Amino acid sequence: MKVLVPVKRVIDYNVKARVKSDQTGVDLANVKMSMNPFCEIAVEEAVRLKEKGVATEVVAVSIGPPQASETLRTALAMGADRAILVQTDQDLDPLAVAKVLKAIIAEESPELVMMGKQAIDGDNNAVGQMLSALLDWPQATFASELTVEGGKAKVTREVDGGLQTIEVNLPAVVTADLRLNEPRYASLPNIMKAKKKELAVKELSSLGVDTASRLKVVKVTEPPKRTAGIKVETADDLVTSLKTAGVL
Amino acid sequence: MAVLVIADHDNTTLKDNTHKVVTAALAMSGDVDVLVASASSATLGAAAAKIAGVRKILTADSAELGQGLAEAVGDLIVGLMGGYDAVLIPATSQGKNFAPRVAAKLDVAQISEVIEVVSADTFVRPIYAGNALETVQSADTKKVLTVRPTAFAAAAEGGSAPVEGVPPPPAPAKTHFVDQKIVKSARPDLGAAKIVVSGGRAMGSAEEFQKVIEPLADKLGAAVGASRAAVDAGYAPNDYQVGQTGKVVAPELYIAIGISGAIQHLAGMKDSKIIVAINKDGDAPIFQVADFGLVSDYKTAVPDLMNALTAAGI
Ligand SMILES: Cc1cc2nc3c(=O)[nH]c(=O)nc-3n(C[C@H](O)[C@H](O)[C@H](O)COP(=O)(O)OP(=O)(O)OC[C@H]3O[C@@H](n4cnc5c(N)ncnc54)[C@H](O)[C@@H]3O)c2cc1C
Ligand SMILES: Nc1ncnc2c1ncn2[C@@H]1O[C@H](COP(=O)(O)O)[C@@H](O)[C@H]1O
Repeated sequence: MKVLVPVKRVIDYNVKARVKSDQTGVDLANVKMSMNPFCEIAVEEAVRLKEKGVATEVVAVSIGPPQASETLRTALAMGADRAILVQTDQDLDPLAVAKVLKAIIAEESPELVMMGKQAIDGDNNAVGQMLSALLDWPQATFASELTVEGGKAKVTREVDGGLQTIEVNLPAVVTADLRLNEPRYASLPNIMKAKKKELAVKELSSLGVDTASRLKVVKVTEPPKRTAGIKVETADDLVTSLKTAGVL
Repeated sequence: MAVLVIADHDNTTLKDNTHKVVTAALAMSGDVDVLVASASSATLGAAAAKIAGVRKILTADSAELGQGLAEAVGDLIVGLMGGYDAVLIPATSQGKNFAPRVAAKLDVAQISEVIEVVSADTFVRPIYAGNALETVQSADTKKVLTVRPTAFAAAAEGGSAPVEGVPPPPAPAKTHFVDQKIVKSARPDLGAAKIVVSGGRAMGSAEEFQKVIEPLADKLGAAVGASRAAVDAGYAPNDYQVGQTGKVVAPELYIAIGISGAIQHLAGMKDSKIIVAINKDGDAPIFQVADFGLVSDYKTAVPDLMNALTAAGI
C-alpha cells in the first residue's frame, strides 16, 4: 500500500505571529518556519504503517516555495521514502491545494492519503475534506486511532462530546488529530540519509490546475489586545473582585 | 439572497449554536432557512421553528445523518444549494467535518471560523491561532462559511416557521459507522456555559483533576475545560480541550488553574469576559491576559476559593 502524506511549511508553533503594519498580512520575514505539527503527526503515522508492514511506500508532498523542500527533507528524515515539491510562490486557498493534490494523486495512485487536520497558519481545517469530496473517496477526519486491514481503514475520531469510530473503504483520506501519536525526532544518521533520498520538483504551472483565489484579502489586522489585570492576594479577595465585576 | 443555516444538535436537543449562527445569517439576509439533519427530526425541527426571524425549517432524517457521516450530510446540503446563495455551518467538530465537502462540490472557497459578518460577501476570521484577524471578500456566487458561534449572540425565541421534510440522501457506500462513545454530562456545554473552570498539566493525574476541578465547577454551575497537556496526559477527556485546535469558549468567567497560557490555549479562551488565573508561577504567560491573577499553589488556592465561595453564599 502506498501512502501519500501532504505536508505544509508554516510558522513554527512556538512563534507568535505579528501582523504587518500595512495590514497586508502576517510578517514572515526572518521567522522560524517548521513543518505544520499536524503534518508531523501524519508523517509519523504513515511511517509507523510502513514499519508495521502495512504500507510499502510513504511519499511526502508539499506545495509551496523552494524552502518547502526543507520541510520535505524533515519528512524524509522521519522515514518517508521520497518526496515531491510542487513549487509556487503563490499562497493557495485550501480548494486550490486540494485540486493540486488531486492532480498528484492521479499520477501516484496512493491507497491512503494521510494528512493533518489543520494547518496552524490559516487554521482552515479544510483541505482533507475537500480532497475527499473531489476524489469521491471516503474521509475520516480528526483521527486519534487508525488501523488498516483488508482494504479498509478503521478510524477513531475526536468529535463533539467524545469519540466516534467509523470504517472506510480504501482508497481514503484520513486527517490526523493531536492524539494520534507522538512524532519522533529525526536522528542524525536519518537526517544524513534523507539528503540522499529522491526529492522531485514540479512547477505548479506544469499541472494545469486552476488555482486562482476566490477570496480577496481586504486587510489583516491585530485582534483587540487584552491587558493584564490585577493580582489578588487571597481567595477571599478574588471572590470579592468577581462579585464586583458582576460575574458571580 | 437566501441563506441556509445548518442546525447543531445531538439528535435529542437543539443546541444554542444554531441560534447564534442564525444571528450571523440574519446579518447577511432576511431570508434564512434552517436545515435539521438528524436521525429523527420531529422535536428538533419544532424547536428550530421557534427561532425568531427564520423563514422555514427543513428536516431530513436517516441513520447516517444522525451519525453525522460527512458524506451523507454533505450530499444533502449540496442537493439543497440550488435554492440558496450561502450556507452557514456551526464551526463545531461536526460542522468542520462536512462543510469543506460542500464547498469543494460546489467548487467554491470555504471561509472558516467567521467571527464577524461585515456584509453579505465580506467576513472576518481569525488566523494564526487568533493572533491576526483576516477580512476576506468572496467573489464566489455561492458562499460556504463555518461560523464560530461564540462570536455571535443567540437569536431570540418566538418564531413559528413552517417545517418541511426533505428526502434524505442515499447512505454513503464507502463509509460505515462502527460505534460512538459520547459522554453525557449533567454540566452545561463547554461552548455555551456562562462559567468555565479549566485545569492544566499541574493537576498531575485524572484523580486530582476530578478532585480539584470538578467540585469547583459544580459549585459554580460551570462547564469543565482543560489544556491540551491535561488531555494528552489522560487527566481529562479529549472534548474538554480548549484552544486553537480544541473548543473555543467565550464565557462570562473563565478560571484557568495550573495552565501556563500557551498561544494555542489562549486562542480558545481569550475572548472570555473575565479571565481568572491560578498559577504558582507569577511569570506564567496566562497572567498577561488574566483580569484577576492569584499567584499560589492550586492545592491551597482552590480549597480556599471553595471556602470563600461558600462564605459568600455560593
Ligand atoms: C499544533 C498544536 C496545537 C495545540 N493546541 C492546543 C489547544 O488547542 N489547547 C491547548 O491548551 N494547548 C494546545 N497546544 C499545546 C500548548 O502549546 C501547550 O503545550 C499546552 O497548552 C500546555 O498545557 P498546560 O498549560 O496545562 O501545561 P504547562 O505549560 O506545563 O503549564 C502548567 C502550569 O501549571 C503551573 N503549576 C504547576 N504546578 C502548580 C501548582 N501546584 N499550583 C499552581 N500552578 C501550578 C505551572 O507554573 C505552569 O504554568 C497545542 C500545541 C500544538 C503544537
Ligand atoms: N501547501 C500545502 N502543501 C501540502 N499540504 C498541504 C498544504 N496546505 C495544506 N496541506 C495539507 O492539508 C492539511 C490541512 O490544512 P488546512 O485545511 O489548510 O488547515 C495540512 O495539515 C496538510 O496536510
